[in-house]
Amino acid sequence: MAFGSRVVFDSLSCGFPRGKISVILGGSGSGKSTILRLVGGLVQPRSGVILVEGQDIVGLAERRMYEVRRKLGMMFQGGALLDSLTVFDNLAFPLREHTRLTETEIAAEVQNRLDAVGMSNVGDLLPGQLSGGMLKRAALARAIIRKPSILLCDEPFSGLDPASTKRIERLLVRMNRDSSVTMLVVSHHIPSTMRMADRVLLLLPQGAVEGQPQELRAHADPRVTAFMNEDPDLDAESLEDPDEPPAGKAVRARGGMR
Amino acid sequence: MRRAIEDLGFLALRFADDLGKLALFTLRILAARFTPPLRCGAFVTELFKLGVLSLIIICVSGMAVGMVLGLQGYNTLVRFGAEQSLGAVVGLSLIRELGPVLTALLATGRAGSATAAEIGSMVATEQLDGLRMMSINPVHLVVTPKASAMIAVMPLLSALFIVCGLFGGYAVGVGLMGLDGGTYMSSLQSAVDFHDDVLGSLLKALIFGVLIGLISTYRGYTSAPTSEGVSAATTSTVVIGSVSVLIFDYFITALWGV
Amino acid sequence: MTRSPLRDLLVGLFVLVGLCAIAYLSFSVGGLSYSGPGGLTIYAAFDQTGGLKPRAPVVISGVKVGQVTSIALDPSFRARVAMDLDGRLKLPTDTTASIVTAGILGDRYVSLQLGGDDKVLASGDSITFTESAIILESLIGKFMYGRTGGSTGGENGGSGGDEAQKKGS
Repeated sequence: MAFGSRVVFDSLSCGFPRGKISVILGGSGSGKSTILRLVGGLVQPRSGVILVEGQDIVGLAERRMYEVRRKLGMMFQGGALLDSLTVFDNLAFPLREHTRLTETEIAAEVQNRLDAVGMSNVGDLLPGQLSGGMLKRAALARAIIRKPSILLCDEPFSGLDPASTKRIERLLVRMNRDSSVTMLVVSHHIPSTMRMADRVLLLLPQGAVEGQPQELRAHADPRVTAFMNEDPDLDAESLEDPDEPPAGKAVRARGGMR
Repeated sequence: MRRAIEDLGFLALRFADDLGKLALFTLRILAARFTPPLRCGAFVTELFKLGVLSLIIICVSGMAVGMVLGLQGYNTLVRFGAEQSLGAVVGLSLIRELGPVLTALLATGRAGSATAAEIGSMVATEQLDGLRMMSINPVHLVVTPKASAMIAVMPLLSALFIVCGLFGGYAVGVGLMGLDGGTYMSSLQSAVDFHDDVLGSLLKALIFGVLIGLISTYRGYTSAPTSEGVSAATTSTVVIGSVSVLIFDYFITALWGV
Repeated sequence: MTRSPLRDLLVGLFVLVGLCAIAYLSFSVGGLSYSGPGGLTIYAAFDQTGGLKPRAPVVISGVKVGQVTSIALDPSFRARVAMDLDGRLKLPTDTTASIVTAGILGDRYVSLQLGGDDKVLASGDSITFTESAIILESLIGKFMYGRTGGSTGGENGGSGGDEAQKKGS
């Protein structure tokens, strides 16, 4: 997998179990978000196979990919809500596009998701008027509007204060418990990873390591343990990783145009 | 020396590559135009943003250009004793050339750059990816209405520019220089032929609309997802759009006159 | 952006005003006529059209009554001009069609002089009497050569362009 002349992955092989929360860890530029984008079909690998619920999506025509994405929901790091629409309209948008539900039914669905993320009253606000935590929750609400079976979360905790981080974490965990949604979470927040992950994929320059969080913490390789114990086990790391550019722009340069 | 040739070859190949990509992009826009849903709401919104909001600059510029034409035209014609033909001079200049070309240049600067910036920032904030993940074709939703509106708006703006210009010329020639109003109008009407002049003018405006619509949306769509990329998209839209308009102007004039 | 009725109204007004501008330019300034084809199709054959163009006006007594629709060569290599005229016209069969110039260096157009016959031309008929266009260059040339050749002047006139030379010394 490469962007132009920059190789991001070379023979990466990993799996994410159904119904479980898998967290992808790694330094900036390690390609964590790229994995999500590969699963979402937003970028194409040079070679290889990507199986989404048993279906290989590599080389799939965009129109077919749209069908595959019905099972997927993606929570973008910057929210990626349409900034000219209200939160309500943002959530209602896919329903209005793809379903024949009446406005009342749509309103009910939207309200249901907003309630689920604890944002019952912000339907009329524009994305620009939301705080960081509220934006993430709105993005999450939109990601689950079509009841996906796989949820992709790109840095759901970045830029949040500790309280909001905890709130999002709890939301994700509860969602997984209630509906067995398979979750792929890209993060660099070790403490929440330790708490919520069923499996961890750690991307290091030397290679990738998979396993349960406990296993990685006590790993034989010192580089793995160093990473896992890197961040102090405090709540006060609201600081973003200074190397990670906002919304991971540099990593996404020249990604495949779809 | 060899390096220079290699670079030149690379540039030529890249130019051809870009042209090919633009052609493919155009096909996608066309395909989207004829696929339901028709997105009339978005179309009307774009008509507003590109057309109504450009009215002031178009009308004011049109009137100013007409006034200058009136002044310069009168001062030149009076040397040959031909000041009675001022209406014809102002009218033909505006209708055949200045109307469509200047309107196109103004539109490129105002509407074209706005479109490129808007789409570019949607790319940068992952809104287009967000749409893809919701199985919505971003070209269909965002690009096609903008491009279509640009095409529809150009002939209208061009005509308004010309009419304001004719009025400006009248104001100067009749109001300031003392020509007889009837002479101005009859000289104008006898010199202008619908098929030779007005039709060609509208055709030019339409073609320019196509050019600007394609270039501004393409540049925005393919911009790098950084703020620098958005700014590059905007400036290149204005530069490439303006130059293309002028070059196409020559070819259309040459072919239409046949 | 959410749609607002005000915005839609402005767009509608904009489109309306724009279309009016186009209409003004087309009809009032450009002279596009909104009447359909006149209905009366008449043909006339000329030896020389002198640059007569399609859509040139056809005029009776200075008043436009139709326009030239097409010009083509007929089997005897004369120029066959097709004209679309006002359907209400009643043209006698001995009407003359001449190609004349607006001013000295202006555009060519067709002028009809009515004859006196009782019978009237029907749609699809041809005018028998035609006067070809006067080519200024040939006129000047004949004048010059006429001078050099020792005779005074040469005039070009009448159908077929026969010369009448006056010799005198």
